[in-house]
Amino acid sequence: MKARAFSYVRPATVAEALLAFAEAGEGASYIAGGQSLVPALALRLQAPERLIDIAHVAELRGVSCDGEWLRIGALTRHADAHDDPLIARYAPLLALAAPHVAHPAIRNRGTLGGSVALADPASEFPAMMLALDAEMEIAGSAGTRRVPATAFFQDLYQTAIEPGELLVALHVPVARAEHRCAFDEFARRRGDYALVGCGVMLAMPGDVVAEARIAFLSVGSTPMRARAAEAALAGQALDAEAIRRAQAALADDLDPPDDEQVPAAMRLHLARVLLGRLLGRMEMAS
Amino acid sequence: MTAPVAITLSVNGETLTRAAEPRETLADFLRRDLGLTGTHTGCEMGVCGACLVMLDGAPVHGCLIFAVQAAGASVQTVEGLSESAMIADLQRAFHERNALQCGFCTPGVLVTAQWLLARKAAPSREEIRDALSGNYCRCTGYEAIVDAIETVARRRSAGEAASRFLEEPA
Ligand SMILES: Cc1cc2nc3c(=O)[nH]c(=O)nc-3n(C[C@H](O)[C@H](O)[C@H](O)COP(=O)(O)OP(=O)(O)OC[C@H]3O[C@@H](n4cnc5c(N)ncnc54)[C@H](O)[C@@H]3O)c2cc1C
Ligand code: FES
Ligand code: FES
Repeated sequence: MKARAFSYVRPATVAEALLAFAEAGEGASYIAGGQSLVPALALRLQAPERLIDIAHVAELRGVSCDGEWLRIGALTRHADAHDDPLIARYAPLLALAAPHVAHPAIRNRGTLGGSVALADPASEFPAMMLALDAEMEIAGSAGTRRVPATAFFQDLYQTAIEPGELLVALHVPVARAEHRCAFDEFARRRGDYALVGCGVMLAMPGDVVAEARIAFLSVGSTPMRARAAEAALAGQALDAEAIRRAQAALADDLDPPDDEQVPAAMRLHLARVLLGRLLGRMEMAS
Repeated sequence: MTAPVAITLSVNGETLTRAAEPRETLADFLRRDLGLTGTHTGCEMGVCGACLVMLDGAPVHGCLIFAVQAAGASVQTVEGLSESAMIADLQRAFHERNALQCGFCTPGVLVTAQWLLARKAAPSREEIRDALSGNYCRCTGYEAIVDAIETVARRRSAGEAASRFLEEPA
């Protein structure tokens, strides 16, 4: 099908973009890479009267690092997540997740900001924001603010971004020598949305796990941290026993819904298998 | 406001200005306004890959970008790729290996193949399949497509220029 008619504007700055939205009110929609929005328009699931193309707003571009935080502009493309040298060095978890996001041509256009703003619970990057303890920089009429990932993802497709606000950048605390990370997912075919996916960040200054952050995708209405599994690892050596206890703890963390594709019990089982594999790989590598 | 707007972009090396309705996709713009029907439209929702074109040098779905978004950009379609002889070896190998039957998927597959080989001179079969994950082919079963791309990778690595495989004019 074809999209309904709309008007099109191309602001050059964040201020212009916010103004263009304020003028049009609820009838407006921002478009970044369009890789989720354009199919929704073609299927007429959405029919905005005005598209505000933010792809040429310079403030939303670029990746930079100040030593503590990596700033990833909202317009950074999925393909950059696996090619950008700063991301590879300071947020390697994103580089590990990127090849699992859709297909190459979609990765050439889709943006990290678009993926995180949309907050599809089956998407890789939103869940990785949780695993990385990232902060989202949001611009609105009252200025900009930073919202931690744990407060950002609120419900199905619901985030801390208010209508008309712009996601400007993702801020990720830089990975240090003591950090280990891993990502994997189960999907029926390469490029399909995952049945279950998981990203793990461990701080291991020595043989013991000082801090664990584990985030799952496709297990509920938002991406989710697995706090009980994290607690089962904290202060422990990463060995078979600790891994087994973390896997068992997932029953307290996850309560996946039943759907026609995957029953809840199977999803929980897949989550356990996945976490066991990832931690097992990290144990071998440490 | 939803009326056609003038856009200027480069298509297959030629800079042109045309009026486009904001809701017209780049794929429809190429096919209907420019008569470049080599770019196919199948699902029109990013799933089948028949509509792939090069945008500023990288494959994107023509059905997932509006023509107005491409204003100022440089687009290469399968027509541009084949007329420049850049993919003559791919075309020959697809012919030799029967890597197309109905041919509906072929333009998109060629765009993917050209991009893959530009980035990686000797991809494994696994990497070729991975690159093709967004290209649906309902006819061939993919084996012949992977064979043909592998053959071209070998020929190019051996220094054979794509243009050597241009068909003689009939
Ligand atoms: C066939 C197919 C398969 C896919 N498979 C996967 C997959 O396996 N995993 C996955 O994660 N994704 C997948 N995707 C989705 C893809 O990753 C999208 O690119 C991404 O979700 C959205 O990014 P975008 O830049 O294209 O956003 P757009 O489509 O432009 O926008 C999406 C939404 O976010 C809003 N938005 C965008 N940027 C901003 C911003 N900076 N501030 C505020 N709001 C903003 C828009 O208004 C819109 O509502 C798939 C898509 C397709 C078509
Ligand atoms: S027509 Fe664009 S992907 Fe199918
Ligand atoms: S040759 Fe018919 S779809 Fe590929």
